Amino acid sequence: MTISPPQAPQQRPSSSQRQTPLATRVQRDAAERAAKSIRGRRIRSRIVIGLMFLASALAVLPLLLILFHLLREGLQSVSPSFFTELPAPPGDPGGGMANAIIGTLILITVAAAVGLPVGIGAGMYVAENRGTRLASLVRFLADVLNGLPSIVIGIFAWQVLVRPIGNFSALAGGVALGVMMIPLVTRSTEEMIRLVPNSLREAALALGYSEARTSLSIVLRTALPGIVTGALVAVSRIAGETAPLLFTALGNQFWSLALDQPIAALPLQIYYYATSPYAEQRALAWAGALVLIGIVLLISLGARMATRNRFGLGSGD
Amino acid sequence: MSEPLHPAPGIDVSLPSGDDVSLRPRGASPGDRLYRGFILACALAIPVLIALIAIEVFVGGWPTLREFGVSFLTSSEWDPANGVFGAAPAIFGTLVSSALALVLATPLALGVAIFLAEFAPNWLRQPLAFLVDLLAAIPSVVYGFWGIVFLVPLLRESVMPFLGDTLGLANTPFFSGPAYGRSMLAAGVILAIMILPYISAVSREVLMAVPRSQREAALALGATRWEMIRDAVVPYAKSGLFGGISVGLGRALGETMAVTMVIGNRAEISASLFAPGYTMASVIANEFTEATDDLHLSALMAIGAVLLIITIIVNAVARWLVWRVSRERTA
Amino acid sequence: MPQTTLRPEGEAPEEAAETVMKPRVATRDLRAFYGQTPAVRGVSMAMPHGSVTAIIGPSGCGKSTLLRCINRMHETVPSARVEGSVLLDGQDVYGRGVNAVDVRRHIGMVFQRPTAFPTLSIRENVSAGLKVRTGKTYSRSELNDIIENALKRAALWDEVKDRLDASALALSGGQQQRLCIARALATSPSVILLDEPTASLDPISTQSVENLLHELRGDMTVVIVTHNMQQAARVSDRTAFMLAGDLVEFENTRTLFTNPKDERTEAYITGRFG
Repeated sequence: MTISPPQAPQQRPSSSQRQTPLATRVQRDAAERAAKSIRGRRIRSRIVIGLMFLASALAVLPLLLILFHLLREGLQSVSPSFFTELPAPPGDPGGGMANAIIGTLILITVAAAVGLPVGIGAGMYVAENRGTRLASLVRFLADVLNGLPSIVIGIFAWQVLVRPIGNFSALAGGVALGVMMIPLVTRSTEEMIRLVPNSLREAALALGYSEARTSLSIVLRTALPGIVTGALVAVSRIAGETAPLLFTALGNQFWSLALDQPIAALPLQIYYYATSPYAEQRALAWAGALVLIGIVLLISLGARMATRNRFGLGSGD
Repeated sequence: MSEPLHPAPGIDVSLPSGDDVSLRPRGASPGDRLYRGFILACALAIPVLIALIAIEVFVGGWPTLREFGVSFLTSSEWDPANGVFGAAPAIFGTLVSSALALVLATPLALGVAIFLAEFAPNWLRQPLAFLVDLLAAIPSVVYGFWGIVFLVPLLRESVMPFLGDTLGLANTPFFSGPAYGRSMLAAGVILAIMILPYISAVSREVLMAVPRSQREAALALGATRWEMIRDAVVPYAKSGLFGGISVGLGRALGETMAVTMVIGNRAEISASLFAPGYTMASVIANEFTEATDDLHLSALMAIGAVLLIITIIVNAVARWLVWRVSRERTA
Repeated sequence: MPQTTLRPEGEAPEEAAETVMKPRVATRDLRAFYGQTPAVRGVSMAMPHGSVTAIIGPSGCGKSTLLRCINRMHETVPSARVEGSVLLDGQDVYGRGVNAVDVRRHIGMVFQRPTAFPTLSIRENVSAGLKVRTGKTYSRSELNDIIENALKRAALWDEVKDRLDASALALSGGQQQRLCIARALATSPSVILLDEPTASLDPISTQSVENLLHELRGDMTVVIVTHNMQQAARVSDRTAFMLAGDLVEFENTRTLFTNPKDERTEAYITGRFG
């Protein structure tokens, strides 16, 4: 005798489960409407996404245009003499911006001498005293300082370093740039110090290191690659600044290395030549712009490269 | 297993382990005090600097403010030759050019940010973000130069005629007047390009900080991807997005070189975007080294003071908005 | 003057401990707080020279805090507070005018996770503590000998002797922890504190650390905090059991584990909680 599996009991649909033709039609219409609206909504979604992509392309377009123009015009005018010669008298062909390149380097050095110690010190203070009211206040104020218009900082430097002394100077320009560097360096230093695990600090203290020694030769040293990156990024930001130099460093047509005299700077020279009626000078301005961007990119790329080969924290971003 | 070792003979390490410990009484080392003092001084340098900058700028501008009073802010007559200084054109120009820049940049920047945060495929995300951020690395003077050589002629020869004649907008007050090229419109456009990466970067961060649960909830309810963004992500990130926009505004207000080079530097208030104008930053840049007398200089510094106040307020608002988002995130 | 340094073979640990009388480290009514919260409530104990003392107890019982009070590390945490005294050879480390940095130079410490200094080489890591011994300068050969001895004691010498100038980060986790032990040993401290030193180690490294503790017995006063009761039983002469900040029982190890006096101790070691 075969054994058959038990059969499911037969069920007759109850009256609540049976549908009238009207209900079925309503349901089917609603489902169709929903399907259509889903389709519509999906299409709308795709359109919007397409628009966003377009927006991105549009946003990148000026960058590509600028780079294209920069390369086209700048490469034409860049020559070895650009890097070695002084500006020629207006109307004369040739000449270069050698003094402006050196000037920019000098200004950067002065700025770093002002901005790095203060910025790193402030960054360490904020990182080590995290949670105190003063540290939070300083961090907030660093952001405020960062947002001050660069021309206003130029006014400040003029009032303090140019007006009382009586002449424009590389020092005034460098100090203005240095003030602009401080908040950038503070912020990046603080972030890098915070990345150092507290256990390292404890290990040093337990060995009998004083607080200062712990902070400097263990914590700071460990965070150093990242701090260097931050410093170089800050330098690359201020290398292109023009406004604070307009009435501090002022610019100079001749060789000058003195800190108490006006000094040429690449962004300044570009500005003066860009608005010049002479085509030769405008061509030189293009070369200058190309070289300036090259320097800025070189510094920030160099920053990332340099931190790749050290042991320690903070390599890259 | 290594054999037990004693410290090698003949070595006098400071404490052979059997000896008694002798603790020397001593206060906090001078090295510690020096270090702590130095970093405290550096930290205090920041508020001191801000105060000094504000003081110097106000002290410099005080003679003008005292001379003209409130009318300095409201008078639109800027006539250095005759010693009349009204900052209204400059203030007007700053506000209008910045507002225009915001109007132009925000949709694009948000579009980029949303695209990068939500839709971009992985291979596209990094290069695209890099390119957008690269916009921020270009110095202002290079923007200005490019503006002079390409943007202004483009506006003068193509865009302005198109807007004015082809679209017939020349009949409205906003697009009337001759198309010099150098104009409020040019300033607005170039400012828009310059602030776009800042708005985009902050917005991107804010959007990426929206928790996955929000997105998943919307998707689970049947929303399309766009609807999810519109209804779930953006509202959550709203104050952060406003913060990003405020960051852009703060940047636009203080921008000097690019604006000076394309705005025409004329101290006039005009409703037309085609007209040249002035901004606070550009009047200072333009006239400072050629200021004819002390009152002129003081007037310029007074403008600097006004610019300073406006910028600080806008940046504070921006930071507060962004801070609110990060607080909600951790809550 | 130095006490006996070598255990005669075969002598059981707890009998050896009795032959040494002077307490190297002692706490007297030690209380430690984080802000208002007490973490250690009135602990008094004495650890003889050359002994190995284990401190066991469930998470949060205050054993690590107690350990850190001995070398004044507890106070490096903001809002941390200590009352009572810790005596190092009879001198209160919390006494007036005593400098915490000075205290720490006499005591070595090994933490739960390896804390090798990443910017220093292996050699520099081991000698890191020697640089802050005031008034002491070492010739190059002296330094090399100290480094070699420390690394040998930490059972790391053979693995690193050819690459002493390589970065410390080139080592595995277990090797880094042994490096940290070598670093602590290099300064020949009188007391060495270990806070769950083998918690993140593989069994082989754990074994070599425990061997080291056997060797150190007699030379140094060792205090080890451990979560692992079997480890405490293996390495220590005396064991302290802590619960919620209180020192419940402090006893010869064998006695504590076979015949505990307090019922809470018994509950813990038989696994009823913790």
